[in-house]
Amino acid sequence: MTWETVMGLEVHVELATKSKIFCSCTTEFGGEANTHCCPICTGMPGTLPVLNEKVLEFALKAGIALNCDITRYNKFDRKNYFYPDLPKAYQISQLYFPFAKNGKVEITTKSGEKKTIGIHEIHMEEDAGKLIHSPFGDATYADYNRCGVPLIEIVSEPDFRGSDEVIAYLEQVKSTLEYLGVSDCKMQEGSMRADVNLSVRPVGSKEFGTRTEMKNINSFKAIEHAIEFETKRQIELLESGGRVVQQTRRWDDNKSKSYAMRSKENAQDYRYFPEPDIPPISVSEERLAALKAEQPELAGPKKLRYIEQFGLSDYHASIITLNKNIARIFEQTAELCGEPKEVCNWIIGNAMYLINERSMELGDVSLSPRVFAEFIKAITSGKINKSVGKTLFEVIFDSDDSFDIDKYIADNQLAVIDDDGAIYEVVQAIISANPQSVEQYKEGKTKVMAFFVGQCMRQLKGKANPDKVNKIIVEELAKQ
Amino acid sequence: MKITKETVSYVAELSRIKLGEEQTERMLGELSEIIDYMDILSGVDTEGVEPLSHVFSINNVVREDEVKPSYNRTILIENAPEHTEQSVVVPKTVE
Repeated sequence: MTWETVMGLEVHVELATKSKIFCSCTTEFGGEANTHCCPICTGMPGTLPVLNEKVLEFALKAGIALNCDITRYNKFDRKNYFYPDLPKAYQISQLYFPFAKNGKVEITTKSGEKKTIGIHEIHMEEDAGKLIHSPFGDATYADYNRCGVPLIEIVSEPDFRGSDEVIAYLEQVKSTLEYLGVSDCKMQEGSMRADVNLSVRPVGSKEFGTRTEMKNINSFKAIEHAIEFETKRQIELLESGGRVVQQTRRWDDNKSKSYAMRSKENAQDYRYFPEPDIPPISVSEERLAALKAEQPELAGPKKLRYIEQFGLSDYHASIITLNKNIARIFEQTAELCGEPKEVCNWIIGNAMYLINERSMELGDVSLSPRVFAEFIKAITSGKINKSVGKTLFEVIFDSDDSFDIDKYIADNQLAVIDDDGAIYEVVQAIISANPQSVEQYKEGKTKVMAFFVGQCMRQLKGKANPDKVNKIIVEELAKQ
Repeated sequence: MKITKETVSYVAELSRIKLGEEQTERMLGELSEIIDYMDILSGVDTEGVEPLSHVFSINNVVREDEVKPSYNRTILIENAPEHTEQSVVVPKTVE
């Protein structure tokens, strides 16, 4: 039987406010355990939570950009559950009237396929604390610094059929929220987290299978692996006559396996009820219009502009515009040096390579447009050649804005050798040192040309123009 | 709504409260009385009345996004039955 995977995503994103959602404690990542806490975020009796206006603003911006209908009148509810990461024993969330509904995200998968993913709703809520389990003994230590950090939870429709669609969607959502400046979306630091609801069904079936929910997946790679693993697990289970049990599973990336989380019976009874401490939120037409007008240029329109303005290909423009920071570096550099295509090629060919190799966040790249533009000028003017450029690029990638590229080229003698005399000298020396290769060349084995060019370039430390070297070698060999 | 012994045990379990046989009996009586009393409201004709989501007719109570110093940690975690100098200690939650 052929199976189809059906998935829906719950994406939690921490909003980049300075203070927490209902109190004035800092949202800063890290910090000594329980030093970013107060009676409100640790749920002391008699405290009064008050909504941070920035949370509402950021949430609304996200809702608008993800094409949602904004609820004109939304409110908070209490979700009750008993677990030590939540000292109040309830999470303030939104169930009955979430602030945004019926959104959509247009995605393009790696293979170029286009698809629309529906967003069921987005709601605001507070994050929970962190539990640190003692590797010895029987204790768990609770750190409540993260308690009350503002979150939005973006709930998709079950529209995903493959992991490539899931990745494309997450990249799109991450890109949009970064452009809006409402979250830094760092999966490694947990400011963007995805839970995957997954079921399988025979192809053609209209019914959904029983689903499982996978939590704790904190990188795109891990998501791909987790989906692959869970799909296989469910299919094998069903094909061997078993059945899928609805449960929450925890993904262990080190072991590349998911485990059923110990779930007590009745554990899912959240007994939601309206939050009495927080008055409802109404959003006026004027406010919505103002927020819409404030929306910065997002990846989609920026891509079209780059194709038009800078002559980039569709494919290159989508890579360059996916991340706000990379697009900024590209655009500023292109304007400074006037060579947009060259800038684009160096970003895609070299910067992306370094970013992947170091598993960096695109937002953390600090390449200076001024230095980068000087670098491009050195390449296009022929002052340095491409092979030297590759090494030099790594240097400027790590340097700051004060880097003096001309001085570096001079100090390290990286400039192209313009002096033809020097090239003739090297070529003649190589030819007289390799008489047998000269014989082979004369016998018509032109393959030895590569050998000569390689030897000469090595002698010249890669700093000559290879075409010119080639020409001089041919000239000198003809004299033999 | 009829409160049964099972309802009482279920609510107790959700609240992580251990009830003895005698206490369950007592709660059964008390909870039933409360629910019956609240049930008077079911008799009110609410035809055409908009559902109320909050008792005060005020909206949009918000504060500025401003960081203020957090609370003294020692005093905060002192309230926990068990704690170290930095953290609240709870029984191990994973195996």
